[in-house]
Amino acid sequence: MSEAMMDTRPAAVKPKQATILEAINAALADAMADDDTVLVLGEDVADPEEGGVVGVTKGLSTRFGDKRVRSTPIAEQAIIGAAIGASLVGYKPVAEIMLMNFTTVAMDMIVNHAAKLRYMSGGQTHVPIVIRTMTGTGMSSGGQHSDYLEAWFAHTAGMKVVAPSNPADAYGLMRAAIDDPDPVLFIENLPNYWLKGDAAEAGHVVPLGKARIAQDGRDITIVSYSRTLTETLSALKAIEQAGISAEIIDLRTLSPWDEDTVLASVAKTGRLLVAHEAVEKHGLGAEIAAVASNRLFGKLKAPVARLGAPYTPVPFSKSLEDAYAPNAKRIAETVIAICKQQD
Amino acid sequence: MADNLGPDGETLLGIYRRAALLKANDERSRKVITTGRLMMPYYSYRGQEIIPSALCASLTDEDYLVTIYRGIHDMLAKGMPLNDLWAEIAGRTGGTCKGKGGPMHLTYPKKGIMVTTGIVGSSMPIANGLAWGAQLSGDGRVAVATFGDGASNIGAFHEALNLAAVWKLPVVFVCQNNLYGEHTTYEKATAAKRVADRAVSYDIPGVRVDGNDPVEMYRASREAVDRARAGEGPTLIEAMTFRFHGHVFGDADGYMDKAQKAAAVAADPVPRLRARLIAEGIADEARLTAIEAEIDAAIDAAVEHALASPLPGLAELTTDVYGEAA
Ligand SMILES: Cc1ncc(C[n+]2csc(CCOP(=O)(O)OP(=O)(O)O)c2C)c(N)n1
Ligand SMILES: [Mg+2]
Repeated sequence: MSEAMMDTRPAAVKPKQATILEAINAALADAMADDDTVLVLGEDVADPEEGGVVGVTKGLSTRFGDKRVRSTPIAEQAIIGAAIGASLVGYKPVAEIMLMNFTTVAMDMIVNHAAKLRYMSGGQTHVPIVIRTMTGTGMSSGGQHSDYLEAWFAHTAGMKVVAPSNPADAYGLMRAAIDDPDPVLFIENLPNYWLKGDAAEAGHVVPLGKARIAQDGRDITIVSYSRTLTETLSALKAIEQAGISAEIIDLRTLSPWDEDTVLASVAKTGRLLVAHEAVEKHGLGAEIAAVASNRLFGKLKAPVARLGAPYTPVPFSKSLEDAYAPNAKRIAETVIAICKQQD
Repeated sequence: MADNLGPDGETLLGIYRRAALLKANDERSRKVITTGRLMMPYYSYRGQEIIPSALCASLTDEDYLVTIYRGIHDMLAKGMPLNDLWAEIAGRTGGTCKGKGGPMHLTYPKKGIMVTTGIVGSSMPIANGLAWGAQLSGDGRVAVATFGDGASNIGAFHEALNLAAVWKLPVVFVCQNNLYGEHTTYEKATAAKRVADRAVSYDIPGVRVDGNDPVEMYRASREAVDRARAGEGPTLIEAMTFRFHGHVFGDADGYMDKAQKAAAVAADPVPRLRARLIAEGIADEARLTAIEAEIDAAIDAAVEHALASPLPGLAELTTDVYGEAA
């Protein structure tokens, strides 16, 4: 049998499908099964408390015991402190901070301690923890339950920041984050938990710091992540209808971000839009835009552009909330406007 | 002593050895700054030496310690070598943190000194995690968090005591109540009459002891450490003491009550223990003088070693931010 024939075997069974929620649950379960030092802690994470408010950790305490999977008091400093301490003596804790806005009350533990102990100890200690947290607009949760605060953490040397946009990456990034020797903030988008996609095979690892080209294109590079990446993919049809070929990069790891992949793409397309749900001003887009403008000055066909939320808290009312985060329509309009600019 | 809780004579002498080292090291630190040989933020612990000296008599090298900016006494008592310490506070390559931590962030895992924090209250939540690790491993280790009276007013204290209690963690919380938080008196800042009383809210033992009395401090520590090791959960110890100097080196301490300070200095706990050892026949003058001379020589050597050590090369600036992914 020739190799060509082998390639034409009947369209393989479609890979198993999973939601992002199921993928994260599977990654945690597989990591705990593979490595006794992996622990899970957070508010309501154990099964008597229903495995988390949306069930991401369901089944883990039943399977791995309530010593390794512990529901905690509502005490975010205590949660991260416990994770840090256990990580200093050989454990790999995965701490859940229910919503990203609640990281604010644990910032001392995260920023002053988790991120800095390796450096301040001259490498004698390190903090291999994962902090899982969910967020996102679209649930009518208003000003204190929906923020994307990734720029704060990306701005903190010693932290890594990850934000998957599909089930396979969610699985693979979680496996990489748990085995990473440093603290990783793992951002989960709330409305996207139920997004379906190909399930990862057990043990699939997505290395931190590597972006994924979600769509090849020639005319413009769109860098995005998390829910906004989903919106960008939805914008593709309108972009193509305008005669534009867009290259879409799913950043996946926000810090350290994959400069090589982004710069190679922008060098090719000559145009860049960075789109994210976080407030545009002082956001992650500013960093990426600055690096791209600096490194590719003279090769760009249009000014580098950013698209993010307005400089306001997240509003409650549906009409306002819908206008807050960049959606497919606004992304498409922005891309078309950039590509229409004359050089 | 009527019971067998001790300390016996050997233990008391061990406590004195540590206390004499801590006192001499503090005096030298201030001198080295005053004479301009070294510049660093320095939080003198003079007057508080007995607390860690007695506490550490019940700890092993494997037990964990998380201490604070005013914590060099805790570290030395736990066994941090003088050379590593001095090179670190001088910011030199041979320092325990390669000169990247400094006097507020000394770390020495070989003796269980896992974290030193410059943030008020933050020693406690992390000590819980170390204790959780010990509880999971079943290795019998105990974690100790030290902190000041002012730290008992910050949220982390309350979060940590509550978690330690509900998880029954092998942890001992040692509050060194020196009656001041920076420039503010205990009474002005703290609603509870005694920090120890706050343990009631968490249904754990809370004891106030004279932290300057080696016997009281030893017994309270030993009981708390034994309890933790036996899996019976956390204890809060409030060790009463006094800070002989201003909050930080260079602070003229004008806010401190002169008479209160004079009385505390007159009752200096380190010479008091020394006199007691002689009075009780545990050690004679010659033996103690020899111990002190040995300490002075070791500090001399450590200071000279530190100041002769090179400053870190600039490659150190950007290393140890991240490790290598496996
Ligand atoms: C969270 C925080 N707030 C304020 C400070 C500044 N500060 C450093 S030490 C200190 C006083 C703490 O008093 P106490 O807990 O009694 O400890 P002591 O210094 O007396 O040993 C303050 C306010 C700090 N380091 N961290
Ligand atoms: Mg104080």
